Amino acid sequence: MTTVKEKEIIQEQFKERMNEDDLLNCMRCGFCLPACPTYIESGYKESHSPRGRIALMKGVVDGLIEPDEDFERSLNLCLGCVACETVCPSGVKYGHMLEEARDIVSQNKKYSLPTRIVRKTVFEGLFPHPNRMKNVTGLIGFYQRSGLQSIARKIGFLGILPEHLALMEKVLPEVATMKEMKNRPVHVEPIGKQTHRVAFFSGCLMDSMFMKTNDATIKLLQLAGCEIVIPEDQTCCGALHGHYGEKGGSKDLAKRNIQAFEDLNVDFIITNAGGCGAFLLGYDHILKDDPVWSERAKKFTEKIQDVSEILVSVNFHKRVKLELSSQIITYQDSCHLRNVMKTASAPRLLLQSIKGAEYVEMKDADRCCGSAGIYNIIESEMSMKMLDYKMVQAKDTQAATIVTANPGCLLQMKVGIEKEGLSKKMRGIHIVDLLLEAVKK
Amino acid sequence: MNGGNRMLSKVVKEKLVAIVSKENFDDAKTERLVYSYDSTPNLQSMPDAVVSPRNTKEVSEIVKVCNQYKVPIVPRGSGTNLCGGTCPTEGGVVILFKYMNKILDLDEENLTITVQPGVILVDVANAASAKGLFYPPDPGSMKIATIGGTINENAGGLRGLKYGVTRDYVIGLEVVMPNGDIIKTGGKLAKDVAGYDLTRLMVGSEGTLGIITEAILKLIPMPETKKTMLALYQDLEAAAKTVSKIIANKIIPITLEFLDQPTIRVVEDYSKIGLPTDAKAVLLIEQDGSPEVVDRDIEKIIEVCKEEGAVSVQVASTDEEALALAAARRTALSALARLKPTTVLEDATVPRSELAKMVRAINEIADKYKLQICTFGHAGDGNLHPTCPTDSRNHEEMERVEMAFAEIFEKAVELGGTITGEHGVGVMKAPYLELKLGKEGIAVMKAIKQALDPNNIMNPGKVFAKEDRKRVVVTK
Repeated sequence: MTTVKEKEIIQEQFKERMNEDDLLNCMRCGFCLPACPTYIESGYKESHSPRGRIALMKGVVDGLIEPDEDFERSLNLCLGCVACETVCPSGVKYGHMLEEARDIVSQNKKYSLPTRIVRKTVFEGLFPHPNRMKNVTGLIGFYQRSGLQSIARKIGFLGILPEHLALMEKVLPEVATMKEMKNRPVHVEPIGKQTHRVAFFSGCLMDSMFMKTNDATIKLLQLAGCEIVIPEDQTCCGALHGHYGEKGGSKDLAKRNIQAFEDLNVDFIITNAGGCGAFLLGYDHILKDDPVWSERAKKFTEKIQDVSEILVSVNFHKRVKLELSSQIITYQDSCHLRNVMKTASAPRLLLQSIKGAEYVEMKDADRCCGSAGIYNIIESEMSMKMLDYKMVQAKDTQAATIVTANPGCLLQMKVGIEKEGLSKKMRGIHIVDLLLEAVKK
Repeated sequence: MNGGNRMLSKVVKEKLVAIVSKENFDDAKTERLVYSYDSTPNLQSMPDAVVSPRNTKEVSEIVKVCNQYKVPIVPRGSGTNLCGGTCPTEGGVVILFKYMNKILDLDEENLTITVQPGVILVDVANAASAKGLFYPPDPGSMKIATIGGTINENAGGLRGLKYGVTRDYVIGLEVVMPNGDIIKTGGKLAKDVAGYDLTRLMVGSEGTLGIITEAILKLIPMPETKKTMLALYQDLEAAAKTVSKIIANKIIPITLEFLDQPTIRVVEDYSKIGLPTDAKAVLLIEQDGSPEVVDRDIEKIIEVCKEEGAVSVQVASTDEEALALAAARRTALSALARLKPTTVLEDATVPRSELAKMVRAINEIADKYKLQICTFGHAGDGNLHPTCPTDSRNHEEMERVEMAFAEIFEKAVELGGTITGEHGVGVMKAPYLELKLGKEGIAVMKAIKQALDPNNIMNPGKVFAKEDRKRVVVTK
């Protein structure tokens, strides 16, 4: 419940902080409606569309409505996939408005005690600390390797979890050992003639739970002739904080990352997770009012590039022979990679270059899979509806391999495969892992 | 902000809930707010409730209740119209068609498709094209608008010149009348002269005469092929003359789109596609049909363009090239919409022979009122879109926008044209309807309205002006 006092404060904050130009810029043409997954899945409810949400934000600013539970529900059900931004004729900055609105609500609302504890642990205690991330992931590794996992599965302990969480447990990757995780290189030489000097943004989740994908990324970059610097003092990108109303936390992380990367004298800063890359790309926006940091942030963001883009730009797919056994592969866009970083054709081009495999485009590959950070955990009902739709399209391609470019999407695809009972016929894989597999062959 | 802040009486609410069930009735403030607007700039007004009937019978029952208690009804598709047609300016009940969104039948023998009002237009077009058939009306909102909305607004589009508009494809309707009666008009018939043409009366009636609950649409065979070309002019007259001369040569292209110099400059500035900004006009021309006819027509059109002094003529040889040539026209709205927060987009229309005069008049009016007005549109139809990027917070400028458009409408009518070619009258152009129809014309329309809807419950406040109403309603 939001108290009367809290609503008043939230309303005041909306008036102060929401950018009036941005709100007015929406001309309500409705072009965003068919692009919005929650509008479609909610049975065409305007309150779950971008146009509706902007009208509601403006309604709070104008004092036409109170920021009540219905209002919050509308904000919370948004995936933040920003597919709406790609079709907006007016160039409305919906993603930024959503982050601001969520920040105002969450910073001025007293959550219930359990929610507060979870938020504090996740946003302050865990993600900003790479070593703690590794320790937690290490626990998962211990759970997987010690036999606990098989015991838990045997005694049916997982049965007490909701279906999607139980599936999630099942599909978590086999994580690296603590020793492997703490033993990371900081500088890697190129293989062959050097093309670029790049820095690698290793990410928090990617460098713990998906460490093997990071290794594969480094290997591909080496093969592409890149000298790679991996600064040790980098940290979580802050995307989760930004998307879930913890703007302050994301600013601190942004500054730490800018500092970690700014003196490295590199051509690009490479990411392999669409969600992280997109958020890094927005550092200049979140620090735009900071006189000390805004310029530094701008320089930082200019260097951000997804791994698939640099591979294509140095003709990796022509320089290195890529081959796989005969199979159909398809690709699920990462919303933030596609809609924010504007990387959509590079991964497809790389996949189409693999000999032996046949690339089949999935219908609505650019529609969100429902993963959306931690959305699939907190809004599981809507998330599963979207996943069900996605799996119908995936099955239609007859693909044996679904490729993604972001850890969240990858886990969601794996959940989908399990849910449909397809684990014998279909697999989900990160694009760099598949490319490295194709190189080795 | 006016409209309904009365809330429905308890008895009306109970009756409506009994008809549609609790989950399909909503009067929560957030749900009412998101149906308080459509795509019309600067216009907002709250409904008292939002209901989603599941079938025609429920629609009829809702209308009976509203008629008994004199509650306004506003049928709403996706809310993409630009005339304020679905803004509940007098409150009341907004009716949504999210359940009534099925394609009921595609009849390949009679070449018809029967649909419920909530079907999205592009889905009708796709269902037809899957069978090699064609539903031509293609308003800019094609991917969003519902078929019910396009029928009520009699939507046009880029293909109007050759294929006509929505009215030319609606051959039968099921309508719930303001007293709750359900009538059927027309049918799967090429010919039908049984009495007054109620189908055509309903098309474009903007929800003021009844609620369309089903429609039979005519389909035609899909043209075999299409070609696209672009011609640039240093002279506005030359471009306008080209348009008339192509048609005088007995060629009716599928598209004959026009951009004036202010639009060209804005488009080039935004999308850097290499348009010469000193060009005075651009024509985008497309022809479809069988390959021999298309080739012959395009050749003739090139000839005409050159004779009339086009400085450059490009013909696309692939689909990608065609897309590139059409880019200027396609990005016109985006480019204009990004200039300022508010975009006022109108649709004054003249006989095509008067095109150059109208464009020049618009430019002079823009200068007179110190406004930026860019004009693009469907030259073949004489249907122009003078578009003014502005800022609704600047009240002084909005006054000038108001006056400028009033003059544009007057000029259009003076040239034998109309105040609206395809957007509809709604709230926004109601004050100008008399310009076009005269007092007598309005009296005829009012008599029809009065006879069918004596309690004035069907989308009240639309089409007919209240005294002194300003076109742009600036609300705080």
